[in-house]
Amino acid sequence: MQTRKKYIFLTFLASWLLLFFFGGDQLRRFALFSGRREEARRNWPRWTDRALLKSFADPEELQRDGDPSLLSPRERRAAWLSVHKGGRCRMETCFDFSRCEKHGFKVFTYPQERGQPVSESYGKILSSIERSRYYTPDPAQACLFVLGIDTLDRDRLSAQYVRNVDQKIRGFPLWNGGRNHLIFKLYSGTWPDYTGDLGFDTGQALLAQASFDTDSFRPGFDVSIPLFSKEHPQRGGERGWLHQDSVPPRKKYLLVFKGKRYLTGIGSGTRNALHHIHNGKDIISLTTCKHGKDWEKHKDTRCDKDNVDYEKFDYQELLHNSTFCIVPRGRRLGSFRFLEALQAACIPVLLSDGWELPFAEAIDWGKAAVVGSERLLLQIPSAVRCIHPERVLAFQQQTQFLWDAYFSSVDKIVHTTLEIIKDRLSPHRSRSRFLWNALPGGLLVLPDFSTHLGDFPFYYLQHGSSPSKKFTAFIRAVSQAGSLSQPLLRLIQAVSESQYCAQIVVLWSCEKPPPPSGKWPQTTVPLTVIQGRRKLSDRFFPFEAIQTDAVLSLDEHSSLSTSEVDFAFVVWCSFPERIVGFPTQSHFWDPEQGRWGFTSKWTNELSMVLTAAAFYHRYYHSLFTEYLPAGLRELVDGLAACEDILMNVLVAAVTKLPPIKVTQRKQHKEGVAQQAECGDGTAGTPPAEQRSPPAPHSASAKAKGMAGSRRFSQRQDCLNQLADWFGYMPLVSSQLRLDPVLFKDQVSVLRKKYPRLEK
Amino acid sequence: IMCASAKYNTRGPALIPRMKTKHRIYYITLFSIVLLGLIATGMFQFWPHSIESSSDWTVEKRSVHDVPVVKLPADSPIPERGDLSCRMHTCFDVYRCGFNPKNKIKVYIYSLKKYVDEYGTSVSNTISREYNELLTAISDSEFYTDDVNRACLFVPSIDVLNQNALRIKETAQALAQLSRWDRGTNHLLFNMLPGGPPDYNTALDVPRDRALLAGGGFSTWTYRQGYDVSIPVYSPLSGEVDLPERGPGPRRYFILSSQMALHPEYRLELEALQAENGESVLILDKCTNLSDGVPAVRKRCYKNQVFDYPQVLQESTFCIVLRGARLGQAVLSDVLQAGCVPVIIADSYILPFSEVLDWKRASVVIPEEKMPEMYSILQSIPQRQIEEMQRQARWFWEAYFRSMKAIALATLQIINDRIYPYAAISYEEWNDPPAVKWSSVSNPLFLPLIPPQSQGFTAIVLTYDRVESLFRVITEVSKVPSLSKLLVVWNNQNKNPPEDSLWPKIRVPLKVVRTAENKLSNRFFPYDEIETEAVLAIDDDIIMLTSDELQFGYEVWREFPDRLVGYPGRLHLWDHEMNKWKYESEWTNEVSMVLTGAAFYHKYFNYLYTYKMPGDIKNWVDAHMNCEDIAMNFLVANVTGKSVIKVTPRKKFKCPECTAIDGLSLDQTHMVERSECINKFASVFGTMPLKVVEHRADPVLYKDDFPEKLKSFPNIGSL
Repeated sequence: MQTRKKYIFLTFLASWLLLFFFGGDQLRRFALFSGRREEARRNWPRWTDRALLKSFADPEELQRDGDPSLLSPRERRAAWLSVHKGGRCRMETCFDFSRCEKHGFKVFTYPQERGQPVSESYGKILSSIERSRYYTPDPAQACLFVLGIDTLDRDRLSAQYVRNVDQKIRGFPLWNGGRNHLIFKLYSGTWPDYTGDLGFDTGQALLAQASFDTDSFRPGFDVSIPLFSKEHPQRGGERGWLHQDSVPPRKKYLLVFKGKRYLTGIGSGTRNALHHIHNGKDIISLTTCKHGKDWEKHKDTRCDKDNVDYEKFDYQELLHNSTFCIVPRGRRLGSFRFLEALQAACIPVLLSDGWELPFAEAIDWGKAAVVGSERLLLQIPSAVRCIHPERVLAFQQQTQFLWDAYFSSVDKIVHTTLEIIKDRLSPHRSRSRFLWNALPGGLLVLPDFSTHLGDFPFYYLQHGSSPSKKFTAFIRAVSQAGSLSQPLLRLIQAVSESQYCAQIVVLWSCEKPPPPSGKWPQTTVPLTVIQGRRKLSDRFFPFEAIQTDAVLSLDEHSSLSTSEVDFAFVVWCSFPERIVGFPTQSHFWDPEQGRWGFTSKWTNELSMVLTAAAFYHRYYHSLFTEYLPAGLRELVDGLAACEDILMNVLVAAVTKLPPIKVTQRKQHKEGVAQQAECGDGTAGTPPAEQRSPPAPHSASAKAKGMAGSRRFSQRQDCLNQLADWFGYMPLVSSQLRLDPVLFKDQVSVLRKKYPRLEK
Repeated sequence: IMCASAKYNTRGPALIPRMKTKHRIYYITLFSIVLLGLIATGMFQFWPHSIESSSDWTVEKRSVHDVPVVKLPADSPIPERGDLSCRMHTCFDVYRCGFNPKNKIKVYIYSLKKYVDEYGTSVSNTISREYNELLTAISDSEFYTDDVNRACLFVPSIDVLNQNALRIKETAQALAQLSRWDRGTNHLLFNMLPGGPPDYNTALDVPRDRALLAGGGFSTWTYRQGYDVSIPVYSPLSGEVDLPERGPGPRRYFILSSQMALHPEYRLELEALQAENGESVLILDKCTNLSDGVPAVRKRCYKNQVFDYPQVLQESTFCIVLRGARLGQAVLSDVLQAGCVPVIIADSYILPFSEVLDWKRASVVIPEEKMPEMYSILQSIPQRQIEEMQRQARWFWEAYFRSMKAIALATLQIINDRIYPYAAISYEEWNDPPAVKWSSVSNPLFLPLIPPQSQGFTAIVLTYDRVESLFRVITEVSKVPSLSKLLVVWNNQNKNPPEDSLWPKIRVPLKVVRTAENKLSNRFFPYDEIETEAVLAIDDDIIMLTSDELQFGYEVWREFPDRLVGYPGRLHLWDHEMNKWKYESEWTNEVSMVLTGAAFYHKYFNYLYTYKMPGDIKNWVDAHMNCEDIAMNFLVANVTGKSVIKVTPRKKFKCPECTAIDGLSLDQTHMVERSECINKFASVFGTMPLKVVEHRADPVLYKDDFPEKLKSFPNIGSL
C-alpha cells in the first residue's frame, strides 16, 4: 500500500512536471512572459546616441539645393527637346502647346485618301472626332491632328494592314515630325512575338493604343485605350447588365473563364494554367485548344477532355451569372473580354502583367477590378473569396458606371482620349482624379466651368456641402410691344416675393430694345436685363449674371404664385441634380410608327418638365452650351420648341433619373390667349399647351388649331432627332409628384405651410 | 491540468500493479532520471530567451559607433546600374510575399554595420538621424519582421538619403554584399537628395540593379511607374517648428516665394510678377546682413524687411515651389505645413506619393513656360476651392510629410497595396482629410438604377400572436400586384404558428420564419428567403393601406431605391428649452422619418442593420423593445445622406404609435422614450443624420380634376 502510494505520488509529480514544462511553455508564451518575448523580437536598436546623430542634410544644403548657376532653365528645356524624343517623349518635349493657345483645344482630321477606305472602326473614330465639339476643319486652328490613314491594325498579316505609311506621312506638309499628332492603334505586332512596333516611324506623335505595355508606354504622353470590336456602337451604346444591387451577390458562379488555351508561344503560360483553378462548382475555368489551323499539331493530353467541357457552357451565360470574370492576357495584353466583363458587371480579375490599363491616367481601376498577378493565379480563388459583399457591390456598381461613362460607345472612348489630352494642356484647369471616378464621370464635368466640387450639382453629398440657399429667376421675355406685358409684371411680382429669391434676370429676346430701367417694376431683389440674340438656345447660355446655384427658368407667360415657387425651391434643394418644375410632358414608344411619340396630355407618367417653369442647377447652362456639339444646338434653333426637350434629354442623360414634378395650383384660365410673339414665331413653348384638357375634342383644342399641331409635330421630330443624336432615348419616366406633406389633408388650413397651393 | 491528474489518481490503483523491491529501486532511478531530464529541458527552455533578451538589452545600450566594421575589398562586386524597365512583375519576387490573410507585407531590416574601404576610410556616415528614425518607424510597425526568411521586402541599413554624403562605388559594393542582395530583388532604398553636380541626376546614382527606389525628386524619365515610389524631401523644420494650423481664408499675401537659391532667370521672372501685381506678391531672398548667431535658414528678407521662416509662409495664400538643381524641394514640406497652397513649377517632376495622392486637390501645377501667367491662373481659382486646397495641403503634411515615420509608412503601404491590390487602401482613405471623411457620405447604392418592376417586392410581417389581424394583413397585402413573396417572422417562442391549412390562401409564396428570441431586430434580418431588392416591412395590424397605396409605394421606391419609402411620417425637433432632440408625431409640415410599420426599403439595409449598426444600438433596441424604426431611419440617412420619402396623404392609422400594445404603456411615456432614442442614437452616430423635408410623394394626377378611372392609382388617401 505504502509503495503504491509512493508510486502514485511519483507518477503524479512526474506528470505535473511534464505538464509544467511542455504545456507550460505555451502558457508562458501567452501570458507570463509575453512582454519579454516581445522584446526578444530583434527590433531596430534604440541607439544611446541617437539624439546626437547628424541630419541627412545640412539645413543650408536643403534650402540652397545645389549650385543654381549651372544650367539655366531655358537651356535645360532646350537640351531636353533634343534628348527626350521618340521613345522618351513627354508633353513638355514633344508637344507644341503654343498651337492650342489661340483657338483652344481643336482637333483636325486629315481627309481620307481616295481609294483607300478605312476600316469600320477607324471610320467610327474619325466620325466621333468630327461630331465632337473639338472638331475643326481648318488645320491652321488645330491643336491636335488625327491621320486619315487607318492605323488601327498594325498586324502585318492582317487584311486591314495599310502599307507604306511612312512614305505617305512624309508627304504630309502638316506632319512636322509627328508633333501634335494622335495615332490610334488597336492591334500591333503579329505572330510570334507580337511586338508593339507600328511598322512606321511615329516620330513625336502621341499614341492612343490598345494593349499598351508599361514598358513602351510614355507616361503622361500616350493614352491607353481599350480594345473594342468593330461592332462597337458609334454612339449611345448598350447599357450595363446590372439591374439590381444584391447583397450578397446572387450569382451562380463566383469566378469564370471561358476561352482559348494557347499551347505555345507568347501568352501561353497564363492561359495554360487557367484550368487549375476550375472546381466545377462555383469556379468555372474552361479552355479550348481549338484555334488557328494547326492546333492539332501542338495538341496535348488535356485537349480532348477540355474541348468537351468547353462546349458544355455558354460564354454569355457565364458572363451573366458570375460575380468575377477572369480577364487574362491573350497573345496581346488586352482583350475584348475586358469590356465584355465590364458591361456584364462581372468584376474583371485581370491577369495581364505589365498592361497599362485603359485610361489609367484618369480611371482608378482599383475600384472596379481586381488587378491580379499572372504569377499568383492560384491565389486568385482565395483572394476573391475574401472580398466582402459590400465591396463586391461597390465593385459591381463601379463597373457599370465606368462602362457607361467611358466605354459603351466609340464616341465615349474617343472623347475620353481627347479629354485626357486636353486636361494635360492646362493642369490647373483639369479634372481631379475624384471627378473622373465619381458619377456622372469626367466627360460630363467641364473643368472650364469650375474645378471646385461644390459648384457642380452632383457632389454635394460626397463633398459634405449643400447648394446655395437662394435662386435666380431667369425670365425669357418675348413681348412684341416693346413694353412690359401684364403677365410678365405679375410674374416678376410673384417671384420677387419669394423668400428664396436672390435676383431676377430677364433675357430680352426681342428685336426692339427693352424698356428703360424706369419702366421696370420696383422689386426687393436686384433685376438685371440682358439683351438676347434671339436664338432659342440662348436661354440656356451660361450668363455671368446668374450668380446662384439654382436657376428658376421662366417664360414670360408662365403663371406662378409665390408659394408654388417657394415650395418648388425647397424641393429642388433635395434634388439639386434634377429639373424640378411644374408643367410636364411624357414620351412613349410608338410601335406602329416605329418612333418616339410625345404627349402633353394629362397622363399618369411624366418624363419631361417644361423649362417654362422649372428649377435646375446653373451648371446645366454650361453643359448645354459647352458640352453639346454646335450641330445639336443648331438643330434646336431650327425647330420650334425643341430647346426644352433637349435640356430634359441632356439632364436625363447625365443623371439617368427622371425630372420631378411639384404641386401646381389649378389653372383657372383655360387656354391662355395665343401669346404675342415677337418675330416669326420661333418662340418658346407656350404655357397654353402645358395643360391640355383631357377631352380631345374640347373647344379650346380646336381653337388652337393649326399652329398647335405644327408645333406638336415639330416637337415629336425634335425628340426623335435627339434620340438619334444620343444613340438612345435618355428620358426616364416617373409616376410621382411631390406635394407638401399636408397637401389636401383634412387638417386645418392654419396648420399648413402652403395653404395657397390647395386653392 | 487538475482534471487530468485527478482522473489518473482515481484510476491509479487499478492500473499500477504491486511491484517487487528490485523493481522499486529501478523505477525510482528511472523517475529520478526522467525528473532530472525534465528539469534540464525546462531550464533549457528558459535560457535562450534570457540570453536573447539580455543581449538585446545590451544592444539598447549600444552606440552607433560600436557597430561592427565591414571592410570592402576594392574588387568586391558592384551591382548593375538601375534597370529602367523594371516593373513589379518583372523585377519583384512576389512569391516571397505569399498569400497572407492579413494582407500585410513583411519587411526585414539589415543590422547596422560600418563600411570601410581597403584603407579603412569610411564609405559614408554610418547613419543619419532621419534614416535612423525611418528604420525605427519600420521596426515598430506592423510590417516589420526580424525573420529574414519570412521577409518579402528588405531594407538595407546603409543610409543613402543624401547622395552627396556617400561614395557611390563603395556604397554600391556595400549593397552588393548584403546577405540576401540577389541582384537587389525586393530591396528598398530610400533616397531624398539624388544626383550631384554638375548634371544632377533625378534618381540616385548608386548602382542598385533591381532594387526599388523610394526617391525624392524623380522626373518622369527616371521614375519607374508602379515600381519606384516617389517620396517627399523631408524638411527637418517639420520637427523643429510648430506651426499651428491656421483656419482657411484670405491671407496677407496672395503669392509668396521663399526659396533662397533660385536660378537668376526664375528670379527675374518672379520679380517681373511682383512689379506687375504689387504688394500681393512677395518675393523673398536670403538675408545678407544678419547679425551673428541668427541661423540664416530661419530668416528671409525682402529689401530691408526681415521675415521669420517658415512662419512667413502662413501669411500667404499661394507659395511658390520652384525646382532648383533638383526637382524635389524640402520647401514643399514647409509650405504644406503652413497650409499654404503650393504652386509647383517643376516640369516633369513626379510629385511625392503621386501614385495615391491627388495633388490637384492640394496644389497648382504650372508649367515653367507659363510662369508669366501665374497670377491670372491663380486668380481664376474660386475662393471656396482655395480654402479646400489649404485644408488639403495641411492634411497632406500631417499625414504624409511631417515625420520620417509618416514617409516610411506611406511608402510601405503603397508597396503593400501593389502586392495585395484587392485589399488596397482606397482613394478616399488616402486623400480625404478627416473633416471630409466625417462630413461626407459615400452611398453604398450609388449607381442610379431604377430596379425592374418585374422583380416585385417581399413583404415581411413581424408578428407575435395576433393571428387574426395578421391574417387580415396577409390577405390585404396579397392583393398588391407587385408582391412576389410574403414572409412572416414569427417572434413568439412560446406558441407555434397556426397550422398550414389555417393560413389564408394567397397567390404568392408565403413563408413563416420562426425566431430564436423575441427581438425587434428580427424584423430587419437579411433572410435568405428575401430574393427581391425591395422589402416591405409591415406590422401585423396595418390593414388600412389600400392595394393602390402599397403598389404606388413600391413604384416610388423604385424611383428612390436607396431611401426609406414609407407611409406614416415623423419628425425630430430640437427642443431649445431642454437642449436636446425631441420626437414629434403631430401633423406637421415636415418629415424626417417614416415608421417601419409600413415602409419599403432596400434589402441591403437589412444587411447593414444586422451587421454594421454602429455602437450598441442594436442591442439597446432589442433590450428596450422600442425604436427599431428610428434606428433604421438613422442608419439609412447616415449612410446615404438622403431624406426619407413619405408617400400618400395622412391616414388615420389605428394608434400607430402603440402597435405593440401588449405590456407597453401608451402615449406620453412612449413619446418620452422615443425622444430618448433619438438623443441616444444621435450621440452614437456622433451627428444628426436625419434630413428634414417638406414634401411627400403622390401619384402624378392625385386630386387632379381628371376621371378617376383613368388614373393609375385612384384609390389613394381614402380614410
